[in-house]
Amino acid sequence: MAVWLNTVLYGIYPYIALVVLAVGSMLRYDREPFTWRSGSSQLLRRRQLIWGSVLFHAGILVIFFGHLGGLLTPIWVFDALGISHGAKQLLAIGLGGVAGVFCFAGATLLIHRRLFDPRIRSTSSFSDIAILLLLYAQLTLGLATIPVSLNHLDGHEMVKFMSWAQGIFTLDPAASSYVLDANPVFKLHLFLGLTILLLFPFTRLVHMLSAPLRYLWRPGYQVVRRRQGGHGTASRPAAAAE
Amino acid sequence: MKIRAQIGMVLNLDKCIGCHTCSVTCKNVWTNREGMEYAWFNNVETKPGIGYPKEWENQKKWNGGWVRTKSGQLQPKMGAKWRILAKIFANPDLPEIDDYYEPFTFDYEHLQTAPDSKASPTARPRSLITGERMEKIEWGPNWEEILGGEFARRSKDVNFEGVEKEIYGQFENTFMMYLPRLCEHCLNPTCVAACPSGAIYKREEDGIVLIDQEKCRGWRMCVSGCPYKKIYYNWSSGKSEKCIFCYPRIEAGQPTVCSETCVGRIRYLGVLLYDADRIAEAAAAADKQDLYEAQLGIFLDPNDPEVIEQARADGVPEAWLEAAKRSPVYRMAMEWKVAFPLHPEYRTLPMVWYVPPLSPIQSAAEAGKLGLDGAMPDVRSLRIPLRYLANLLTAGKEEPVALALERMLAMRTYMRAKTIDGVIDAPTAASVGLEPGQIEAMYQIMAIANYEDRFVIPTAHREIGEDAYDVRGSCGFSFGNGCSGGTSAGNLFAQPKRKTVKTPTEVF
Repeated sequence: MAVWLNTVLYGIYPYIALVVLAVGSMLRYDREPFTWRSGSSQLLRRRQLIWGSVLFHAGILVIFFGHLGGLLTPIWVFDALGISHGAKQLLAIGLGGVAGVFCFAGATLLIHRRLFDPRIRSTSSFSDIAILLLLYAQLTLGLATIPVSLNHLDGHEMVKFMSWAQGIFTLDPAASSYVLDANPVFKLHLFLGLTILLLFPFTRLVHMLSAPLRYLWRPGYQVVRRRQGGHGTASRPAAAAE
Repeated sequence: MKIRAQIGMVLNLDKCIGCHTCSVTCKNVWTNREGMEYAWFNNVETKPGIGYPKEWENQKKWNGGWVRTKSGQLQPKMGAKWRILAKIFANPDLPEIDDYYEPFTFDYEHLQTAPDSKASPTARPRSLITGERMEKIEWGPNWEEILGGEFARRSKDVNFEGVEKEIYGQFENTFMMYLPRLCEHCLNPTCVAACPSGAIYKREEDGIVLIDQEKCRGWRMCVSGCPYKKIYYNWSSGKSEKCIFCYPRIEAGQPTVCSETCVGRIRYLGVLLYDADRIAEAAAAADKQDLYEAQLGIFLDPNDPEVIEQARADGVPEAWLEAAKRSPVYRMAMEWKVAFPLHPEYRTLPMVWYVPPLSPIQSAAEAGKLGLDGAMPDVRSLRIPLRYLANLLTAGKEEPVALALERMLAMRTYMRAKTIDGVIDAPTAASVGLEPGQIEAMYQIMAIANYEDRFVIPTAHREIGEDAYDVRGSCGFSFGNGCSGGTSAGNLFAQPKRKTVKTPTEVF
């Protein structure tokens, strides 16, 4: 790949994608809160959703946090812990591979349902279908990297991506050069990943930003609001049914 | 003690004629929109029947409401919080739209555009979800209207528990009643408790339970949590919606649309004062048959000077205290004890109450032999089994329902004696534990039911709660996004969905 193209795709494009991701999400949250939802279609068709959605979400959560931790944890942390690069790569292949297969099975069910169930198809927007297909393609690419990785188990290829990802976040001007000679499958995977980040605020994916973990430590069960002082939406827990 | 006020509702089932005016006016005002065609904030069911959605009362199936754990604490029947979150990817307790019904329209256009033919053209049904032809409509919002369908299916009604239901399958013994249903605006709502986003809340000033449409993320746990299945997932907007108790009308002192348009004049709206600190205690009563009395126990006497003083201290406005003294809901629920909560065993402490219906004596032949308990027929010989009503209204405890029915019969006997014979029948009144004056007040409110007696609604004091200067130029009721309808053409964030079906108004 030409160096200039590599710089554009892996040196400049990441910043465009991340800025759109951050600013777009904030704008949408602020200006269009009514559109911020998970977009569940379980009401319309339960069939295939139970297995599809659980497999897909369980798989993708493992993959997501695996990527987040794996790419952004500084390599010296692993060195300090005595985890060799090869061992880390094996862990990534093993855990990511299993989660990837789960996710792939779930996504297959969900795509089949979305495209061929008349109820779901006719109530899907363009972005609902497009983002699902993009995720599917990304997942396939991710699984396709496993055979490539198995050819070099010393972890040096993986460290390249770690350096690149950390370089992007530390504003390292040379970040794109770390992945210049990476395998095309990986590079396509990176590009599509960045594109998904770019599209994130415009799709239903935003629902992951409002994962309701707060619910677990919300005091009590009940929520009561009273109008007060003009901005009256302060909620406070009532005594009921703790 | 922390006193709060709520506008409660009573429906006098003895006078419901099942005309569905409440449902239709409500639908026209609130749910005549894409995604909500299947949803009826108010619907009228014929009982016995499995209802809408199918078998909503069967909590073994849907896991709605609360359960009391071994330690005496309450927890949603769906499970503790972590258990509810675990269902977020796929919720096993969520009804499918076919449990309500697949919404449909008819090809009205064809009636006008059909070519000349030997047979008259017909308007065939079409799904409002997919836009495709529906060969056969299998279920609707009121499929069991006036005992429609076979008894075997209808008799799955869980209110038959403890009743020898087989004999009611015979034509001679059959019975029916209407049950109009809406959101109960509970004191201890499970929908609120189950909402992971905290989008559902109870308004402190009037007790109305609302869903914040901007905060709702569509996790759909509320649909399962509500044991009355009165929260509906809007498949178009991806948000849940529910009866809003017509709060813009209530705030202005007007009755809800369903109450205003009720031709049978069966609906009553009035203020109830209650002790918010004792909600948890009342809802967690050990025996489910005590829940009705436990709920009565937290309602407060609006004429008690101590209550009035404390209510003032807790910020209940003066107009509300005055309205509470004249509240028809308080009188029917607390004073005469003729109104009951719907399924108190769900432990939600519902605030829409029901006066049980009287029914004809079981059979004319039997009426000669038995059934007269003094001057009045025995309520146990009424056609609708007492146990059935008790299962509906008092978790199966028959005595309170029997007393209510006796009081209603006594009211008739007393007033017949008064207007026809010109006699004040004090013994009949006394036999059901009432004074002649109370019976006449009951008659005035329940039988005559003048508009101003049925609806005693104090206006909301928004001028205290918010600065009117801030709301100038705003558009009042809307679906988020300021004055827009929620989406607009060319919106980057939410493309409007492909419109599949033309409504009749667009065709003509």
